[in-house]
Amino acid sequence: MKRIIYREWRIPPARYWGLLGILASVVGIGALAFAYMEHEGHWVSGMSNSVVWGTPHVFAVFLIISASGALNIASIGTVFRKPLYKPLGRLSGLLSAALLMGGLLVLVLDLGRPERLVVAMTTYNFRSIFAWNIFLYSGFMAIVIAYLWSMADRHGEPYNRPIGIFATFWRLALTTGTGAIFGFLVARQAYDAAILAPMFVVMSFAYGLAIFMLVLMFTFAEEGRPIGGRILCRLKNLLGIFILGVFYFTLVYHLTKLYGAKNHDLVGWLLLDGGIYTFMFWVGWILVGGLMPLGIIYHPVLSKEKNWIAAACALVIVGGLASMYVIIIGSQAYPMQMFPGQTVLASGFFDGVQGEASRYSPTIPEVLLGLGGVAIALLVTSVGVRVLQFLPESLADDVLPVDEEKIVEQGPAGAKA
Amino acid sequence: MGVAAGVTAAVVAPGVVLHSVTAAPRSEAVTSDVRWGLLIDTAKCADGCSACVDACDRENGLNLQSKPEGASQEHWDDQKAVWIRKVKLQDNQTGRVTNLPMMCQHCEHPPCVDVCPTGASFKRADGIVMVDRHTCIGCRYCMMACPYKARSFIHKVMEDQLTRVPRGKGCVESCNLCVHRRDFGEESTACVDACREAGHEAIVFGDLKDPESTIRKHLAEMASRQIREDLSLNTGVRYSGI
Repeated sequence: MKRIIYREWRIPPARYWGLLGILASVVGIGALAFAYMEHEGHWVSGMSNSVVWGTPHVFAVFLIISASGALNIASIGTVFRKPLYKPLGRLSGLLSAALLMGGLLVLVLDLGRPERLVVAMTTYNFRSIFAWNIFLYSGFMAIVIAYLWSMADRHGEPYNRPIGIFATFWRLALTTGTGAIFGFLVARQAYDAAILAPMFVVMSFAYGLAIFMLVLMFTFAEEGRPIGGRILCRLKNLLGIFILGVFYFTLVYHLTKLYGAKNHDLVGWLLLDGGIYTFMFWVGWILVGGLMPLGIIYHPVLSKEKNWIAAACALVIVGGLASMYVIIIGSQAYPMQMFPGQTVLASGFFDGVQGEASRYSPTIPEVLLGLGGVAIALLVTSVGVRVLQFLPESLADDVLPVDEEKIVEQGPAGAKA
Repeated sequence: MGVAAGVTAAVVAPGVVLHSVTAAPRSEAVTSDVRWGLLIDTAKCADGCSACVDACDRENGLNLQSKPEGASQEHWDDQKAVWIRKVKLQDNQTGRVTNLPMMCQHCEHPPCVDVCPTGASFKRADGIVMVDRHTCIGCRYCMMACPYKARSFIHKVMEDQLTRVPRGKGCVESCNLCVHRRDFGEESTACVDACREAGHEAIVFGDLKDPESTIRKHLAEMASRQIREDLSLNTGVRYSGI
C-alpha cells in the first residue's frame, strides 16, 4: 500500500472551460426558466390544484436524497473503517454538498413566493416535517463542510471519526425526514405509509452511489488517472446490493398497500391501468432502474467492463428519476378517496370523476428548472475538484489500501498498519 | 422612573377599556367561546344548482379570475381557485345519488396547519382554518396534506380583487367561512344565504358550541357525519344524508 496523494483535477484548460461553459449554460437556462415561472406564475407549468408538486420536485427530491446517499462512501471509510473507501471520502463529501445545493435550489425556486425564503428561515412551525427539514438540510451542509475539513486538514484528523459518525446519523435523519414528507401524509392513499421513510433511505444509497461512481469514473477517465478493478468491483457490488434493497422496499410497500381492501384500486391502477405512471413504474423504476443494471452488475463479462458499469450507473439514475415521478406525481394524480363506496359522477373541482386520475404533463420550464439544479450540482463539483485536492491521484489496485478482510487475516499487527 | 411608568399605565389602562367598548367588533380578539361550522343536509341539496358556488365566487372575488392568454381551458379549470364546489355521488351498492357542496372542512386538528413550515396555515380560536398571506411561501405542502382537496394555489398574477378578500399570486387559499363577515359580526356566509335564497336551505351556519344555536339543534335532531371520519379530524363541517 502506498500513501494516497490527492491532486487537483488538471484536465486541459480548453476542455475544462468547455465543460464549465456547458454546465453554466444549463444553469443559465434553468435560471431563465425560473424567472419565467416566477414572472408569469405557475400557470405556465403543468401543475394544478390537483397535482400541486410537479417535475421540479421530482428533480429536487432526487437530488436531495442522492446528496445523502453520495456521503455513504465517506461513511463507509470513516465510520465502518473500510480502508479501501478512505481515498474516496473527499469526493464523496464534495459531491454530497453539491447535490444538496442543486436540490435545495430547485425546491426553493419552485415556491410560489421564493422571495419569502427569509420567512421560511425565521418563522417556524415545529409540527411541520418541512420545518424540521430546513434544519436537517442546512445542518447537513455545515456537517459535510466540517467533515471535509477533518478529512483534508491534518488538524482535523482527530475529529474525523466523530464527525463522520455524526454525519452518518444526520444523513439518515435527513433522508428519513424527506421520506416522511410523503409518508406522513394521511390524506393521500399512496402516501400514508411510514415505510416510505426507510425506502427513501435505501433509494438514497443507490442513487447517490450511482452518481458518485459516474462522477468518479468521468473525472478519472478525463485526466487519465488509473482506477483499478478492485475498487470498481467493490463499488458496483455495493450498488447491486442497494438496488436489491430498493426492490425489497418496493415490494413490501406494494404488499402493504395490497393487503388492505381499501387500497386495491390504487395498486391496480398503479400497476396495471395508470397509463404513464404504470409505464414509469414497470419500465422506469423496475426494468431500467433495477433489472437492467442488476443484469450488468452481476454479468460475468460485462461487469468487468468500465463502460458497462458506467451504463449501469446511468440506468440507476434514470430509474431513480422515474421512481420519483411515480412516487411524487403518480401519487397525487390518483384521486383522493373522500367517499369510499361511492362513485363521483360529477364534480366542480376534478374529484376523480368516474375514478379518473388527474391530468399532469410537465412543461418545458419545469424540466429546465430541474436540469438547472443538476447542472448546479455538477458545476460545484467541477469547480471543487479543479481548485482543491479532492481526487486521489490513483485508485490503481496496488495503490489502494488492502482489503479489511486481509487486515483481519494478518492479525492485530496488520490491523495497526 | 418606576412611578412615572405606573402613572402612565394607570392613565392608559382606562383608555384601553374605553377603546375596546366603543370599537367595532373587528378590533376584538377572536375567542374560543364559539366554534363556527356548517351543517349540510344533502337531501335538500339540489342537482344542478350552483347557487352556493356562484355566491362564494362573488363574495370572495373569485369570479374576477380570468384565464391567462394561451392557457387551455381544461388546464385552467384545474388551476383557477375554487373554494367551494358541487360534487355528485352515486352509491356503488345501491345506486343512490347524492349531491353536496365541498369546501374546507375547518378541522379541529387540521393537517394543513400541522404541515405548514411557517405557520401561515393556521386555525383561529373560533375554529376557522385559513392562510396568513403574509407568511405563506407557496410551498403547497398544505395542499398535499388536505384530505378534502379544499385548497387552491394562485397560479397567476391577480389583475382584480376585492378589498375585503386580498389575494396574491403564489399563495394558497381556501374557504374561510367568509371571515370578513365574522369580523363584522354578520351572521351568515355567502353560500348559506344563496342556498336559502334559492329555496333549498341545505346549508346551516352557526356556532357549534352554543346549545341554543340553530346548527346545534339541527345536529341534535338529525344523524350527521364527517367526511373521512377515519382521520379523526373533528371537522367543523358536517353532512347529513351521506
